[in-house]
This record gives sequence, structure tokens and C-alpha cells, in this order.
Amino acid sequence: MIAAPASEPLRRFLQVARGAGLKVSAAEGIDAARAVDLVGFEDRTVLKDTLGLVLAKTPDEKALYNEAFDLYFKRDEFSTGKAETEDDLSDSEQDPFSSPSNGSGGDGMGGQGGQSLGFLLANDDRAALATATEQAAREAGIENIRFFTQKNLYARRILDRMGLRALERDMEAMRQTGTPEGLGRAQFLDGRIDVLRDSIRDFVERHLLLFGKGDTEKFREELLKSARLSNIERRDLDRMRILVRQMAKKLAARYAKTRRRRLRGQLDTRRTLRRNMGWGGIPFITVWKQKRIDKPRVMVLCDVSGSVAAMSQFLLMFMYAINEALSDIRSFAFAGSLIEVSEILEKAPVEEAITKIMSLIGFGSSNYGNSFADFEDGWMRHVTNKTTVIILGDARGNRTDPRTDVIGRLSQRSKRVIWLNPEYKSAWGTGDSDMYRYAPFCNLVSVCNTLRHLERAITDILEDAT
Amino acid sequence: MNDALPPGIAPLRSIDAVEQGLSEAGYIANRQISTAIYMAHHLQKPILVEGPAGVGKTELAKSVASWLKLPLIRMQCYEGLDESKALYEWKYGKQLLYTQILKDKINSVIGDADDLATALDKLHSFGDVFFSHQFLEPRPLLRSLQEPGGSVLLIDEIDKSDQEFEAFLLEILSDYQVTIPEIGTVHAIVPPIVLLTSNSTRDLGDALKRRCLHLHIGFPDDKLEAKIISSRVPGIDGRLLKQLVSFVQQLRALDLKKVPSVSETIDWAKIMLLLHVSVLDVDMVRDTLNVLLKFEADIEAAGKQLAGLTHKARQDAGVA
Repeated sequence: MIAAPASEPLRRFLQVARGAGLKVSAAEGIDAARAVDLVGFEDRTVLKDTLGLVLAKTPDEKALYNEAFDLYFKRDEFSTGKAETEDDLSDSEQDPFSSPSNGSGGDGMGGQGGQSLGFLLANDDRAALATATEQAAREAGIENIRFFTQKNLYARRILDRMGLRALERDMEAMRQTGTPEGLGRAQFLDGRIDVLRDSIRDFVERHLLLFGKGDTEKFREELLKSARLSNIERRDLDRMRILVRQMAKKLAARYAKTRRRRLRGQLDTRRTLRRNMGWGGIPFITVWKQKRIDKPRVMVLCDVSGSVAAMSQFLLMFMYAINEALSDIRSFAFAGSLIEVSEILEKAPVEEAITKIMSLIGFGSSNYGNSFADFEDGWMRHVTNKTTVIILGDARGNRTDPRTDVIGRLSQRSKRVIWLNPEYKSAWGTGDSDMYRYAPFCNLVSVCNTLRHLERAITDILEDAT
Repeated sequence: MNDALPPGIAPLRSIDAVEQGLSEAGYIANRQISTAIYMAHHLQKPILVEGPAGVGKTELAKSVASWLKLPLIRMQCYEGLDESKALYEWKYGKQLLYTQILKDKINSVIGDADDLATALDKLHSFGDVFFSHQFLEPRPLLRSLQEPGGSVLLIDEIDKSDQEFEAFLLEILSDYQVTIPEIGTVHAIVPPIVLLTSNSTRDLGDALKRRCLHLHIGFPDDKLEAKIISSRVPGIDGRLLKQLVSFVQQLRALDLKKVPSVSETIDWAKIMLLLHVSVLDVDMVRDTLNVLLKFEADIEAAGKQLAGLTHKARQDAGVA
């Protein structure tokens, strides 16, 4: 079958759909064009159902799609808001002014080609206004609008293209005449222009919703991913939470893939013989050796003391997310001493879990040595040569004994020890930081203070978990 | 487009025709479902049907098959399903038997060869007789491609299969062909209508989704559900039907572990018919609640509100 080229309205709708957050691939775009060829644009419900089948592939996407579809195809109707206030005005005043405005508007607006803005406004010709707006918007490139800060810019551009400046000049001239008629007319047009401004602003806002939503969100998310975790503001917490969860899910999915990988080329003789017993040992079916990749046994020790308080929210959040994604993980939180928090993270919803942990142990001054000693007493025996130990913290133990000997034993017992430090490298070893004293016992020490860092670190851990 | 249709599929000329045809086959479809079937045929794309259990995903495939009088080929997916069970397998027994029977003949083929190399050459010239169509056991996927008049292929619960299997399906879904290493590529004689169902126990890959039309079947509204039940349980009294539907719709609004689906409503309606019930009363509902709800906790939760629900259902149906 030949792929029909996407028609202009469809092409724009696809752009809108992408903006709304649907993942529409080129192939799906072609399908959509073929589907539209089949059903046409006439019946909106059929069109909606059809495009929905082709473009939206999850319940979430279906909801987004429905919204985008309605928004896009509602656009045709130009807003008639403010009708009541306008009516009062026009009923009483329209007649006396309609004829003069015809004359004076005409010479100010030669460039518009069609009717002048003043004329349209005075006559309250909504249909013509709507057409003029659409045209001006297209000229102003409204589909490139991306951020809400651009709203006024685009509104201004549209108004300019519709000939607002010329009209304002005309009105100034009217005022200059000083006659009551001229002043009244200028005042009347002023009112009309205000109404027009409002509806243009609405118009731009709708387009921003259509074209800009996806990008703005994406932009914010990109920003958040590389912002320092300790600088993230409260209002972005929800968004962060979603990001963290997405990331954890992605990691878990990617990791699950590598769990069983076929090792082609190595025949498993024993199992091949067994499998082919049925036909006298003639090897019809060959069985290949498989490499099973172990589940990672991960223990995470997270510092929740006052010095890293801003960070620990996110560290805990990430621990929570990982806990959901991977089954075999034990988590610990420490400040002055250390407790196991696996159960809290598993049972309580994220908000509650974090508050609970913080109230149990958080905010105190940290004592790394003491906490590591606690770990050795309680849980060292669970550490095997398959365990990866991750420590999240700034290694600032307030000049207490760092107990590097414990970390030394831990590093001998475990598969590896990874230290993720939220401080910049330049700050390591300064003041009470014991980072360089722990570093020799860690297989990896790295700076980790953005979501990106976290993601990279955890990916490495999962990928090497063989 | 219509003249290109094979005779069996001529009824797929418009969306309305699909809706009507399905209802003749006993499947009450809403507009979206019929649009999906229509598009699937005309765009030659598989449909991925998602939705909660028991809303008639599998039933849709059956109805399409019976309406178009095409054979339904069903493949149930499960963990560990592989190509030897889905696509084809060699008939080992037959191969083995034939080698035994033909053992004697081998002398006449290589009899006059005096060394191993010539004997091997001679054997080679016979080609892969044992790996040809006669020894091929077609499994569902291959069978549906080989149906001369087209078919309806139902790949049930694709989310239960492994990710590798999903990737393996891509070739058949996008091009209606499969590649068998020993034989070559097998093309569909008539492209089958393919339906995949999923209960979303895991997220399907993007590649698979991209190749499919996506149809989400949710719970029907009360009118549609009443229509479905009266079509599936003929002879049910109109007033009882209204009560049943109203009751079930209310149950779905509760916070339950597993809400009753259409198939459960149908079962319940059948039971009510057997028991000659014409008006719902609380005790009757309590005794038969286990048809609708499958978890003890759910039955307990709903049990507390039975009186209210039943009353409301009777009111909705206009029964005092």
C-alpha cells in the first residue's frame, strides 16, 4: 500500500499530539495518514476513534489524546467571551458610530488588504475577526510558541499584524480633533480593543497549551535532572518524585533484560543428551549453556544527618524507588547511629516512609565510625562476596574516629564498596571530611549530587552485577 | 478498495457493517471496537486489545471469526513459550521413522562410491529431504499464514510471554511472514486478521505497540451492558436485567480488589434466570455474591452495603 502524504491539518495535529506528550513515531504518522484517507475528516467521532487507535497506545496516552483532540478541533470556534458587557455597549452605541468608522478605518488600514481592524471592531464582526486572527497568528508563527513567557510576545505580534498600530494612530488623530464625536469614538474603540486583547490572549494561551505543553515540561524535567539535589525547591518535589520513579523503573526494566542471556556457541552436552533421550540419543534438539546473571544483592547505607539533610530527602526517595524496582535490597539509614529501614521503605508510602525515617534517626550530627560499628555488629554477617555495598554520604564525621578498619573488613567481605558523595571533589578531605581515608577501601568513589549522577551510578552497579 | 477484498471478508465494507455483523454474531460492539476491526482489515495491521479481565477481549476474536466464517486460530501465551511451540516444529518421529525405513535404500544411492568423499557428495546432491514441508509441523502462527481463505489469529495474553517472544512476533505482525531457516520465508496467502490481547501485567515493548492498532476496552456503560447481557442470556426479564446491571455498575464504583467484569455479570444473570428470580432481594444477592466477587475481602467489603445497593438497583429499575 502506498503511504499517503499527511495532509496539512493532520500534520499539525500530529505536532500537537507530540506536544501533548504522545510518542508518535514517523511510522505511526504514516498509519494515521492512511487511516484518515480511509475515513476522511467529515465525521469527527469516527475520526477521533480512528486516530485514537493509531496514535495512543496506553490508557494514559488515550486520555492525553482525547484532550489534545478536543482542544485542537475546538480551536475553530473563535472565543465569544465577554459577550454580555459588549452587548450593552453595542446596543446603545453601535449605530451612531458604525458609519463614520467605516470611512476613517479604511484609510488607516490599507496594508491589511481586506477590511480594516477598526471597521471589524466597530461592526463587531466576530467571524471576520476570527479569520483575521487566525491569519495573523499563522503569519506570526504561533506554532513555534513553547514557553508561557512568550505569551505576551505572540499576542503583541498578532495584534500588530492585525493592524493595531495603525488603528491606534487613527484614534490619536481622532482625539487630537478635540470634537466630542472624535473623543467618543476613540473611547468606544478603546473598549473594543481591550476586548480584542483579551480574546487574543486567550487565543494564544490555547495555542500554548496545544503546542508548548510537552516542551515546557520536558525543559523543566531536563533542568531538574541536572540541578543539584540540595538546591531543588519544594514546589518541584512532586515532579522530582515522578522523575525518580521513572528512573528507577527504567533501571529495573533494563536490568531485568540482562538477567538471562543465552550464551550461544557452547553446547550443554549433559542437557542435550537428556533432552534427546526420546529418540535414542540422536541430538535433534540442542541445548545451549546459559549464563545466569545473579540478582544483585545490594545494601545501601544512607547518611541522613544534618549536614546532608537537603540531600537525604532525595537519597531516601531514590532508595525507595530502587526498593520498589529490585527485590533483594536492604537499606540502612544512619546519623549518630545506624538502623535498618528496609521494612519502612517497603511498607509505607514514600512520603510517610521518609518522614518516619527522618524522625527516627535524621538530623543529628553524624558519627560515621559509630554507625559503621553498628553495621558490623548487626549486619556484617549478611554481607557475602556477592553483596554490593553502597554508601551515600559526605564522610564528615565531626572529627570522631572514622573506624576505617570496619570499612576495610567490609570491603574484604563484600563484592565491592561504592561511595557516592554529594560534595564536590575539591571539598573532600577538607575540615572534618574523612573521604580520603575511606577511599582506599572503596572500589569506587564518585561525586553524586544530581539525579543524573545517581542514575549513572546505579546503572553501573546493576550492569556489573554479574 | 472493496474489489480487492477476498470473498470471505466482503462484509467489512463500512464501520456500520462491522457493528451490525458483530451483533449478528452475538457480540455487542461499541463504535470504537467496530472502527478498530474495520481499520485492522483495511490498513492490514494487528490490533492490540487491552483492558481489564473479562470485558470480552477474547470473545471479540471469536465473534469476528464466526461472523466472517473464518477459522479462528488461537495461541495462548505463557512464560517460556518459544518458536517451536508457536511457529513450527520438525516432526522428529516421522523423520526418525523414515530414516529407519530408508536405511536400505541408502546403499543404492551410495553403493558404487568407493570412498567417503564421493559418498558424501552423492548424499549432498539429494538436498535436505528431511527438512522439507512434509516434515514440518505447523504451529498456530504458521497455520494461520497458510490458511488459504484467510483466518483470524488470536494471540491471547501476550503480556504473559517473554520479551524475546514479543520480539520474535514482530516479523509476523508487520509483514505477515515468517522465516524458517531450513526452508526460507513463508508469506501469508491471505493476511490474517490478528488480535493480540493483554491484561497489562507488564508493559509491552514500544516496537510491538508501534506495529499495532491499540484498542482499549473498558467496562461498558449501563445501556451497553444491558444490551450485551440480553444478547448473551436470551429470555431474561427486562426489569430484572435493569436491576442486575444497576447493581453491578454500583459494585464497580466501590473500592474493590477486583471489580466484577461483564463475563461475571453474564454468569450472574444466568444464575438468576435459573433461580427464577424477578426482583433482587438482599438475601438472594448475599447468597450469590461469590459469582460476582472473587476475593473474600471484597465480599466482606461489599456485604456491608448490600442493602443500600440492592435498594438503589430496584429503584433504578422502577421496581418497588
